[in-house]
Amino acid sequence: MIEVRGLTKRYGDKIAVDNLSFGIEPGNVTGFLGPNGAGKTTTMRCILGLDYPDAGTVAVAGQEYRGLAYPMREVGALLEAKALHGGRSAYSHLLCLAQTNGLPRRRVGEVLELVGLADVARKRSKGFSLGMSQRLGIAGTLLGDPRVLMFDEPVNGLDPEGILWIRNLMKTLASEGRTVFVSSHLMSEMENTADHLIVIGRGKLIADCTMEEFVARASGAAVRVRTPTPGPLIQALAARGMTTRVADDGSIEVRGVTIEQIGDLAYSEGIRLHELTMLRASLEEAFMELTAGSVEYHADVPGQRPGAAIGSGA
Amino acid sequence: MATTITDVRLSALPPVTGRAGLRGVIASEFTKLRSVRSTYAAIAAAVVVSVGIAAIVGAASAAQIHHDVTNKVDFDATQASLVGFYELGQLIIAVLGALTITSEYSTGMIRTSLTAMPRRGVVYAGKLIVFTAVTLVVSLATSFISFFVCQALLSGTGVSASLSRATTVPAAQITTSGGKTALSGTLVISSGTVLTAVIGTALFVTVVALIAFGLGAIIRHTAGSITSVVGLMFVVPIIVQILPSTWRWDIMRFFPDAAGRVVSVTVGQTTAHLWSAWPQFCVTAAYAAVLLIIGACLFRKRDA
Repeated sequence: MIEVRGLTKRYGDKIAVDNLSFGIEPGNVTGFLGPNGAGKTTTMRCILGLDYPDAGTVAVAGQEYRGLAYPMREVGALLEAKALHGGRSAYSHLLCLAQTNGLPRRRVGEVLELVGLADVARKRSKGFSLGMSQRLGIAGTLLGDPRVLMFDEPVNGLDPEGILWIRNLMKTLASEGRTVFVSSHLMSEMENTADHLIVIGRGKLIADCTMEEFVARASGAAVRVRTPTPGPLIQALAARGMTTRVADDGSIEVRGVTIEQIGDLAYSEGIRLHELTMLRASLEEAFMELTAGSVEYHADVPGQRPGAAIGSGA
Repeated sequence: MATTITDVRLSALPPVTGRAGLRGVIASEFTKLRSVRSTYAAIAAAVVVSVGIAAIVGAASAAQIHHDVTNKVDFDATQASLVGFYELGQLIIAVLGALTITSEYSTGMIRTSLTAMPRRGVVYAGKLIVFTAVTLVVSLATSFISFFVCQALLSGTGVSASLSRATTVPAAQITTSGGKTALSGTLVISSGTVLTAVIGTALFVTVVALIAFGLGAIIRHTAGSITSVVGLMFVVPIIVQILPSTWRWDIMRFFPDAAGRVVSVTVGQTTAHLWSAWPQFCVTAAYAAVLLIIGACLFRKRDA
């Protein structure tokens, strides 16, 4: 439904999106992940024709967004919830959007009902909370009953109730066969919603895979072993070319092995084990590892290794 | 508010053919204009200021004429009624012109608007058509109301202007041998001349508003656009006034404010240094056209 080919966008000297290519299939929730400043919003702006790419092409439903006969019937996009005139009522705001695409007036009342804003339809949106503005923005995306929905960081700044509401909405929309393309800088938001992931960093594609592939890539990374005699075990592992790391609590972490291999090795070496655990790196850690090299602004804590626990006891 | 998506069933959309275009955008832009308070505030302010000044000028002129009949000589009752509109009312309408486009940028609405309708030329054209139509109606109304209010206050003077019949004013004053002042000669002002001035002033203000619209599209910031239009219509003429008189008269006619003074005239000629009404009006219109075209190009070309 959305095809991005060789997309490049510069702002002055700074490259925001660098030769980015990906495609989005219909009927899925596709998560668009990357650290802040990775180029997610820029990519979405280029898809919608708000920004002009310096190179590359973007097609929605087979053509340029600008060329769509009735854009709101094809794509419902919400980039910024507060991108509206605060002096206008929720109803008037949606009405002026609906009119551009010749959508019937009754849809306005219906989508307001759907997002739970019917009671404040005649109120000026200036007084709306961020959550209410998000709902109003989402109501706007649904006006044209579009097959594709795009949301940029839709849960940013929302309370848990609002987050839950948006997650459910996205799942519902995808279950109706629509394409949902949603960006976030937090993996945790995608964990239970996205079927497919596109990960970018510094404007470049890092991963384009299904959620299952991402989980597979993320897990099986390390095994934790606890033994009263760590020395012999480390030696035995080292002899087989395996790297180990002694964690702060005295346990040993081994990368690139299965628990079966370690169990068998310990048995044959006569080493007692008190714990043998497969470390399933959380998706958040996997995501951070994946994008570590591409984070725009690091907050370096002096004397602190990235990823090390803060204030952990011996 | 519902935590989960409610069971509201959205009604099916009617099938469509063709593509979304100017008609929808015009409806949308009209909704935008009439759904914010600033539109009403600007229109009300323009009407109140223009008609208020027309009333003050009318009452003051009537008092002067009662005091000294020689004030009737060359008295232009039509221009007197319109001066408030084309000098001050125009600025308020111009602010509305700038706001129509800059408020989209200051609020971020432009990105929502252009997502709904990505064909930018159509959006710009629709905005322009709606704004021009509304401004023209408001300007015509303001012009006529100002005219009638002022003429009503001048009715006892014998030199008030009329849209239904020709009127006259004395052409000169003479001093008789006895040392007395008397009026002589007669200038006839046809109702057509008056009507042209009243409508012409409304057209002038509309064109000034379009200058503001164009500047708004180019500058995209409310304060900057308003400052620019005030500078062009108010400050530049003052600067021209202080230029050497050897050549300042030759350039005055090339500025957009000049038309206001000649379009509204029905008696004599204010200055020989300006062209007559319509050529002078075309100067203002040329400014508007150039700024609107530059604005349109930038509106289409720049990232939103």
